[in-house]
Amino acid sequence: MNRAAHAQSPDGRAAAFYDVDGTLIKTNIVHAFAWYARNQPTLSGSLIKSAKTALSIPMFLVADKLSRKLFNQLFYGYYAGEPEDRLIVLAEELFEDVIKPSIFPRTVDLIAEARRAGLRQVIVSGGLDFTVRPLARYLGVDDFIANTLEFENGYATGQLGKPFVAGATKAQIMRDYSEHHGIDLGRSWAYSDSYSDYPMLAVVGHPTAVNPDFRLRTVARSYDWPIIDLR
Amino acid sequence: MRAIRPRARGAADESVVMIDNDSAPRIMFYGEDFLCEDLPVGTRVIYPRKPLAGLPNPRAAIRYALHHPEDSEPLHALLTPGMKVTIAVDDISLPLPPMKRPDVRELILDIVLQMLADHGVDDIHIIIATSLHRRMHDWEIRRMVGDKVFDAFAPERLYNHDACDPDGMVTLGETAHGEVVETNRRAAESDLVIYVNINLVPMDGGHKSVGVGLCGYQSLKAHHTPKAIVHSDSFMDPKRSELAHSVHRIGRVCDEHMKVFHIETALNNRMFEGPMSFLMKNEDDFTEMDRLKFEAIQWTLKRTPRALRREVFMRVPAAYELIAVHAGKTEPVHEKILAKCYEQYAIPVEGQCDILISGIPYISPYNVNSKALNPLLVQVMALGYFFHMYRHKPLVKKGGVMIVTHPCSDQFDPVHHPSYIEFFNRLLPETRDAYTLEKKYQDEFAYNPSYVEMYRRGNAYHGAHPFYMWYWGQAGREHLGKVIVVGSDNSTVPKLLGWERAETLAEAISMGRSHMGRSAQITMLHHPPILMTDVR
Repeated sequence: MNRAAHAQSPDGRAAAFYDVDGTLIKTNIVHAFAWYARNQPTLSGSLIKSAKTALSIPMFLVADKLSRKLFNQLFYGYYAGEPEDRLIVLAEELFEDVIKPSIFPRTVDLIAEARRAGLRQVIVSGGLDFTVRPLARYLGVDDFIANTLEFENGYATGQLGKPFVAGATKAQIMRDYSEHHGIDLGRSWAYSDSYSDYPMLAVVGHPTAVNPDFRLRTVARSYDWPIIDLR
Repeated sequence: MRAIRPRARGAADESVVMIDNDSAPRIMFYGEDFLCEDLPVGTRVIYPRKPLAGLPNPRAAIRYALHHPEDSEPLHALLTPGMKVTIAVDDISLPLPPMKRPDVRELILDIVLQMLADHGVDDIHIIIATSLHRRMHDWEIRRMVGDKVFDAFAPERLYNHDACDPDGMVTLGETAHGEVVETNRRAAESDLVIYVNINLVPMDGGHKSVGVGLCGYQSLKAHHTPKAIVHSDSFMDPKRSELAHSVHRIGRVCDEHMKVFHIETALNNRMFEGPMSFLMKNEDDFTEMDRLKFEAIQWTLKRTPRALRREVFMRVPAAYELIAVHAGKTEPVHEKILAKCYEQYAIPVEGQCDILISGIPYISPYNVNSKALNPLLVQVMALGYFFHMYRHKPLVKKGGVMIVTHPCSDQFDPVHHPSYIEFFNRLLPETRDAYTLEKKYQDEFAYNPSYVEMYRRGNAYHGAHPFYMWYWGQAGREHLGKVIVVGSDNSTVPKLLGWERAETLAEAISMGRSHMGRSAQITMLHHPPILMTDVR
């Protein structure tokens, strides 16, 4: 089929911004960390790290409800001491084993449609850059913005680089990105599953709730935002 | 408002009735409710014809049509074992409201599928020819094609057309006028395409079936334009419709690439029966029982929430009957069906009017089983469908007034009509000019990735669909001097549509007269059921 010559944004001034966890894929950063925990260099290391992770899940859940910033501080502290090269090398395996199978069936179609519409494709994720990179490559997006871990002497400190990519900061990061790349946010799209990404959705002209949680679904209904399901 | 009192008068079966001093008030639809209003003496009320008698044995008539086709070999002679066949079927936008089971499409499919099986044809797909309409729900498809066909074919071999599937569409070429001809790949690659149609209004059927039902956005945008609508006088009169001419050219290119066997049907207008049958009558001929039924229904409706009223109306199927079925080559088949449609719908009318009154019902082709007849659809019913229900010349004079009755609530179905919401709230405040909207925004909506996803996997109309609804009203907007809505429950919707408001019909008539003069000729179109006027 000939579907050429229909790009609505041939000037490249509109973009589609995607959250990842729960939006494009069904896993989240805890799954990624759990996978790293299971894959420690030694069997005992794997068992200890996995057990610690499992025991911490209730704390993560509570922290996430209270504040995404608090959650990040607690959660990424568990990466402390991990060697940088190991995290990066295993990220490819993590993608193949965990992330790729959990990409929602319709994610690829949505991104293809946005590409056909001439939109610049940008992932804006609270995940870590080395875990998001293979996904971004696989989906063929133009850019990704993700959290970075700080390293000292090749080992993770457990601290995130600033600014954290979460909540209202996502909207600011998108504004900065758009200013730098000449993107008109009023003509752009944003996709997320979570009410915590309300700022990211509110900053664009075409917000879309994807597999939304209850609060986001309520907001989307109130504002007549489109709701789609990629699952 | 006065109560309707039966009068001692012989049964009137004429379709054009003049209001006199002792005429009963007239009933008109007001969304999911009715108004019962006195009309000024001298008002002309145009009623639909009585339903034509249904064919006594529809199954036999269908078989006869398949065995005695127009300009084609009989269907059985076109079949060879192992061939690839696609059956395309009209979607739920027809008939309105959905007809009692068995739907005529079920009857036809039963017979055609049996014939295919008898001839060793088993590579069969059934595609609901939705074009850019919403995907039908499984339960809607089941109701339409019947349990037997649904259980045997769905979902792998019975599914909705997907105009946005990059792999499922194919471009066949262009017409001499440069219109892109894009169609469903499965149909294009089949040895035989059988189209099962229902003709409810004369703009349906013919080359529109394959040429539009199975097309993509590129094809549709060639003729779904404000210009084509304005040059369609009217689009219910295919010979004088630019829209129909373009579709005709596209259909001919389809015929060059595909072997199409067309089965067209015409239904009578028996829309209401049982407790609602009084709606088919002239109010002057109401019996005491009719009057009581109407008052009981009104009493009930007034005490029922709108959502429930909608549900009840939507769940009352129409008692349509098959009045004609023809098969074979698209064009001769369509000629015969059109003639039957006009026999049922067309009412000769002498002279145009200055003020046209029309009640807007709860339903349109685009909101079957939806949560609302949203403001754009109210607009399309008024200025698209009811304005265009004429041949020769519009029922209302150039610069005349159209009065419609509807609450015009600011309600949309976010699942079926998401792009309508943005169109209405974002674009109409900027401009009502259809040409500007087409040029500036249509592609943006058509390629909006969210709307594409909602069309392909949800149950949403295509992102470009609200534009077509707006274009449908363009000829009416250009022709009329004023549109007045009676009983709007808000001021925003009429304002955005460019309409004026009146609290009562009397006030609207007074406003219309102040625009057209005290001696303005007033005409009321008494529908549904559907009727058309042959204006001389």
